[in-house]
Amino acid sequence: MSETSPARPSLWVRYTSSSPLVVTFFALVLGLAFGALVIVTTTPAVLDAWRAIFHGWNGLPHALNLTFNNVGAAYRSMFTGSVVDPQGLWHSITTGNGWTNTLTPISETLTYATPLVIASIGVGIAFQTGLFNIGANGQAVTGGIAGAVVGSMLHMPEIVHLPLTLLAGIAGGMICGAVPGVLKAYTGAHEVIVTLMFNYVTYAFLLFMVLSTPFQQPGQQNDIGRTMDHSAQLAPLFGTSSGLRVSYGVFVAAAVVVFAWWLLNRSSLGFDFRVTGANPSAARASGINARSVIVVVFLISGGLAGLAGVVQVASTTHYVDGGFLIGNAGIGFTAITVALLGRNRPMGIVWSALLFAALGVGGRNMQATTGIPLDLATVIQSAIVLMVATPVLVKEIFRLRSAETTTVQLATTGWGS
Amino acid sequence: MELELRGITKRFGAFTANDQISLKVEPGQIHSLLGENGAGKSTLMNVLFGLLRPDEGEILIDGVVTSITDSGEAVRRGIGMVHQHFMLVPVFSVTENVVLGFEPTKSLNRVDYRQATEDIHRLSRQFNLDVDPDAIVENLPVGLQQRVEILKALSHDAELLILDEPTAVLTPQEIDSLMEIMRSLAAAGKSILFITHKLKEVKAVADVITVIRQGRVVGTAEPSASESELASLMVGRDVRLTVEKTPYDPGDEVLEVRDLVVLDDRGLVAVNGVSLDVRAGEVLALAGVQGNGQTEFVEALVGMRPVQSGTITLHGRDITNLTPRQALDVGLGHIPEDRQRDGLVLTMSVADNLVLNTPRRAPFARHGTRNLSAVNENAQRLVRDFDIRTTSIQEPASSLSGGNQQKVIVARELSRSLEFLVASQPTRGLDVGSIEYVHRQIIEHRNRGNGSLIVSSELDEVLALGDRIAVMYEGRISGVVDPTASRESIGLLMAGHTTETASV
Repeated sequence: MSETSPARPSLWVRYTSSSPLVVTFFALVLGLAFGALVIVTTTPAVLDAWRAIFHGWNGLPHALNLTFNNVGAAYRSMFTGSVVDPQGLWHSITTGNGWTNTLTPISETLTYATPLVIASIGVGIAFQTGLFNIGANGQAVTGGIAGAVVGSMLHMPEIVHLPLTLLAGIAGGMICGAVPGVLKAYTGAHEVIVTLMFNYVTYAFLLFMVLSTPFQQPGQQNDIGRTMDHSAQLAPLFGTSSGLRVSYGVFVAAAVVVFAWWLLNRSSLGFDFRVTGANPSAARASGINARSVIVVVFLISGGLAGLAGVVQVASTTHYVDGGFLIGNAGIGFTAITVALLGRNRPMGIVWSALLFAALGVGGRNMQATTGIPLDLATVIQSAIVLMVATPVLVKEIFRLRSAETTTVQLATTGWGS
Repeated sequence: MELELRGITKRFGAFTANDQISLKVEPGQIHSLLGENGAGKSTLMNVLFGLLRPDEGEILIDGVVTSITDSGEAVRRGIGMVHQHFMLVPVFSVTENVVLGFEPTKSLNRVDYRQATEDIHRLSRQFNLDVDPDAIVENLPVGLQQRVEILKALSHDAELLILDEPTAVLTPQEIDSLMEIMRSLAAAGKSILFITHKLKEVKAVADVITVIRQGRVVGTAEPSASESELASLMVGRDVRLTVEKTPYDPGDEVLEVRDLVVLDDRGLVAVNGVSLDVRAGEVLALAGVQGNGQTEFVEALVGMRPVQSGTITLHGRDITNLTPRQALDVGLGHIPEDRQRDGLVLTMSVADNLVLNTPRRAPFARHGTRNLSAVNENAQRLVRDFDIRTTSIQEPASSLSGGNQQKVIVARELSRSLEFLVASQPTRGLDVGSIEYVHRQIIEHRNRGNGSLIVSSELDEVLALGDRIAVMYEGRISGVVDPTASRESIGLLMAGHTTETASV
């Protein structure tokens, strides 16, 4: 056997090893392209036009035209529904009227993104420490309940009430996060299992709360909790009369981003987190106490998820009901993909949360104006995440080390070990 | 089966794990492959078993050049392998494990367990491999699990068995019965390749011994060869090392270890009543073939492994059973044996790695916030002073060569104000230039009047650095000698012969 020259790396290898920004950009393009394909194959008129070219190439311009029109209309409505409608903007600038309509899309995107940023940063901090917090949703639920209880059942001036409500949310999430953290640190229980299962505990707790006397909305038989006092709500940024929902919650999210940046990049504690996440053996040899790191990370991660829950309640519905954060609205689950897409870095998470919020909000507008179902937005979100997360996920979960191609080493941090 | 390897070479990037290795195993022969950890034994076996492809060389089975492309091919050619870490399904029965992947079937593709169980009985009787076919593997002691592995290989009609460090996990009694089994297999005409670094076992069971070191065959020996001869073959090094030292002028005792007992990961006694003193201005070199308790001893010193009994004192202060954090704080410096696992975070920058175990000390942090300009200044200074070759202090540690990675650790440890330095295999895998550099740093640390303990399995390093040399064998100190002692006498100590030489 002679010396073999190294084979040219495959397209996939070069894609996955290129810079994160490049990967994300291509993922975005590919996700949108995939979405276009879905639109084409699910819109009968467009599909018919493409079928027609089997009978003659002269149908091609028509098919292309229809495709571009349909896909263009869909994506245009998505953009105008989540960012801004250029025509409306021009109208508002020239006449000074209609600002509410013009700003509503971006306001909605920010409203949706605000708790998502907070929860995703919580998940991202755990990821950076090598811990999987799959229970962010449950922690957000308990945070939301705690905040709603304090916000609705205690009465005091806003200067005290709002901070206390937010702190209650953080505490609610922390309690829920502490349990898996302590179990992992002292018994070795797997945090994925415990956090995942804890979600169901919190759903049951939520139903119990909204159906039981002290907290249930008075005079209600349904699963609805009490409404928060105005003094505990996160008020709309431009006043209640503006009709724009975007709230002071964005400042809470901004504060969380700054905090997370400091924690991960500038604090000694965050240094311990990152060392633990990157190399637990070296962390131990360097005198880092793994147990306390695990517990503290789960307190922070859970606390942030709880804060996300209370921000969600205090800025939108102002009450929790039996469907709070369940199903599609489960920001704690979306937060996992948002954190991965943002590579667990605070600013990366801000961008990916905005993208996810915009796709969700714009998708609703697309459904209303073009009749293409909202699910297409989910398809595009999923396609983007698949494209971005496959390399990240593979590296993140399986801790792939670049080794000889024949002896790829797999070392999991947890799953099944 | 007659197996011959001719000029096998295997490279991983710039590193040559196997360099022109040739050896021949005759039918019915127990051929022992002796070498230290990292000498390239496992790589060679993985080449032979088809898990790795050699860059050069050929494999001949019964005189015919054979290309072994994967492990299935190896099995079909009659090669069986018993891995150091067993490849068994713990919740399956012995029978299920043995037939796994090659299940005998009856009609409708059902597994024929009766046939399988009979096969196991037949093989057990034939080779004295007594084991209950219906037992669940996880309930069996390690020695029996190993028999299951051997049975599995035999059930595939293996004519050549590769045993990779088979005794590493066994108790002495289990080792004896394994040797019985090996002899009966050889008597039945099977060839055995026995990989180990334990001299006594080699002498007890091998017909032929091939010693490899740093990927090369450095010699063959008869089992009649003395253990010290074998030991010096294993650990010798071609390059002679000399280090400039100031005259040996020891001060007071710095570190005192008394009757230390430490367990290994399996709960067996690894350090068995070790007592040592290290004095100021002295390097005590701890020699010995790897795996005789040195690793556990060092881990116990630096707080990474609990001490069962005995005491460690530093400047008269009891430092037994500290946490790693406390050990760092009392001024113990540690250059770990496995630098990439315990010493560095490869994905983090050189600057961060240079403060890895002191991130909270002034001036690197204040009130919980890191002072990155101090961290970077520190890195600039150490990169200059310790000649760490890196394009930038912000480069990840993974971008550095092995020698420069080690310099990062040496710089980090020696730049702290140390009371005592513990260095484990400080130059393993380094090029000659880096070795000299690391040695010079250790000696300068000694010349400043500090105490050091250097653990090394390389005789030349031990002789070059040590002011006194303690030799460890099976968890005990078999002797303490001067560096003027002959290599042969140290080799004898490494092989477990105790001497009346200097008191411990």
